[in-house]
Amino acid sequence: MTAPVLATRALAKRFGSLIVAADINFALPQGVRYALIGPNGAGKTTLINLMTGMLRPDGGQIFLGEQEITSLRPAERVRRGLVRTFQINTLFPHLSALEAVTLAVCERRGDAGTWWRRLPGYRDAVDEAYGILSSLNLGHDCYRVTRELAYGQQRLLEIALALATRPKVLLLDEPAAGVPRDESPALFAAISGLSEDITVLFIEHDMSIVFRFATRIIVMVGGRVLVEGAPDEIAADPRVREVYLGQKRHG
Amino acid sequence: MTAATPTAGAGPHSYLQERIRWRWIEIAFWLATLAPFFLFPLYLQLASQIAITALFALSLDLILGYAGIVSLGHAAFFGLGAYTAGIISKYGWGEPLSLLVIAAAVAGLVGYAMSFIIARFRHLALIMITLGLGLLLHEAANSAHWLTGGADGLQGVRIWPLLETFKFDLYGRTAYTYSLIVLFLAFLVARRLIHSPFGLSLRGIRENPVRMPAIGAPSRAHIRKIYTISAAMAGVAGALLAETTATVSLEVLSFQRSADVLVILILGGAGRLYGGLLGAIIYMVARDLFSGVNPQYWYFWIGLLLVAVVMLLPNGILGGLAKLASSWRRKPS
Repeated sequence: MTAPVLATRALAKRFGSLIVAADINFALPQGVRYALIGPNGAGKTTLINLMTGMLRPDGGQIFLGEQEITSLRPAERVRRGLVRTFQINTLFPHLSALEAVTLAVCERRGDAGTWWRRLPGYRDAVDEAYGILSSLNLGHDCYRVTRELAYGQQRLLEIALALATRPKVLLLDEPAAGVPRDESPALFAAISGLSEDITVLFIEHDMSIVFRFATRIIVMVGGRVLVEGAPDEIAADPRVREVYLGQKRHG
Repeated sequence: MTAATPTAGAGPHSYLQERIRWRWIEIAFWLATLAPFFLFPLYLQLASQIAITALFALSLDLILGYAGIVSLGHAAFFGLGAYTAGIISKYGWGEPLSLLVIAAAVAGLVGYAMSFIIARFRHLALIMITLGLGLLLHEAANSAHWLTGGADGLQGVRIWPLLETFKFDLYGRTAYTYSLIVLFLAFLVARRLIHSPFGLSLRGIRENPVRMPAIGAPSRAHIRKIYTISAAMAGVAGALLAETTATVSLEVLSFQRSADVLVILILGGAGRLYGGLLGAIIYMVARDLFSGVNPQYWYFWIGLLLVAVVMLLPNGILGGLAKLASSWRRKPS
């Protein structure tokens, strides 16, 4: 296996007396499709918030490639290639899809501070944005205002915005949340069609999806990593069955 | 116009091009600003005041309407510009154009310093901070009697003729011409800025400040930049007032002025380039008319108008007009 692109060492966080992350160690190699699973309240989203800098850890370290990024601001981590999407749509309601993705492209290229040149002059940025949207089947509707897009399209736009930053590591927080069950495989097909250079970690509750699309799985319980392994190992692990697979799921 | 308007089907480039195109109504608007010269030659002083107020409102629109940064103390920069121009002219340099530049630099510099605080806060905290800083500056000017003249106003403002040729006359011919040209140039800058990648980023900050860092955007740097630009523009507006009226009083720094410009922008429609301009025209003309009827209670009508507009037209008068126009356009088909 190659050197990890994203790794944590003894990451810890508590809210008052509630431990939401304790002694979290893992290392993601390049190009894998990791699923992060666990019962509600296991600390999955918290872990993403810690890694992306939206929360400050109480202890431990985070590494992106060789570099430690534990104290970097969120935007700085994004610029180095660690990018996330949100469980609840966190989009730009009154921008059209094309404007939103073009914005993300311009930010990445460092053009976003330029105020004396017109936006249409950045033809390659616009082309790139349009290309990303087309690859996610949003090409037709990219002129529509975000808030008018269908919900499933908004979920795709979440991913489009992340892709526009050219991520090395992509953290997807329940990318199919709220999407009708029969539509989520299509969404994950789009995710698994992403470049092999991108390492993907996704949170997902639907086990059929997890076992279909993940190459490795991390199981979290009570703020700790219970076990990490290949899908068949996870499926066979009695501890996982006990705490997670055996339980009735919400919904 | 015979050329077919590009539609969504024509591709991303023509879609974006279409969004920033000059519209006929814009050209008509700017032609209409020349009307006072022919139709109301006795009201050119008022027209000049309107142009200055419009410029001030435009400066607020850049931060409030586009980047979503609320300010209840924007008069600080207007006043800084006015006092800068007034004080320098008092001590012997009264050349109007260079005074505008100096006023812009001073207001912009103070704005840049303040922007480090501004960029860290939002919403109510921001309202209180800007309000506080506005009051602070007002009282500082009040107490610095030796420099500003305090409550008596600045004495001895002496502005030279524009381009060494055009005197600021009683009828306001020079004043309005000058103010209108400066407003138009500032508008061109604002228009270009809004249609640039930077303008798009500002709209991103307004639309979702949480998402911006998640796409790698340095939101605070963007906010510092637009706040500085806005402050400089407000400073130009203040300097224009000082130059065209040859007076500077504490009123230029007052809370009232900060509140008025906010009202003007909300009335006209924030986040639309013409919102502040339209708001300034409506507000100033209404003030002139109503205060003629009853000088004590004219704010009653402004209050009524404000409540009605905010309740019925959440995007201001301009937003209401745009809605009307688009529903009108859809009807025939």
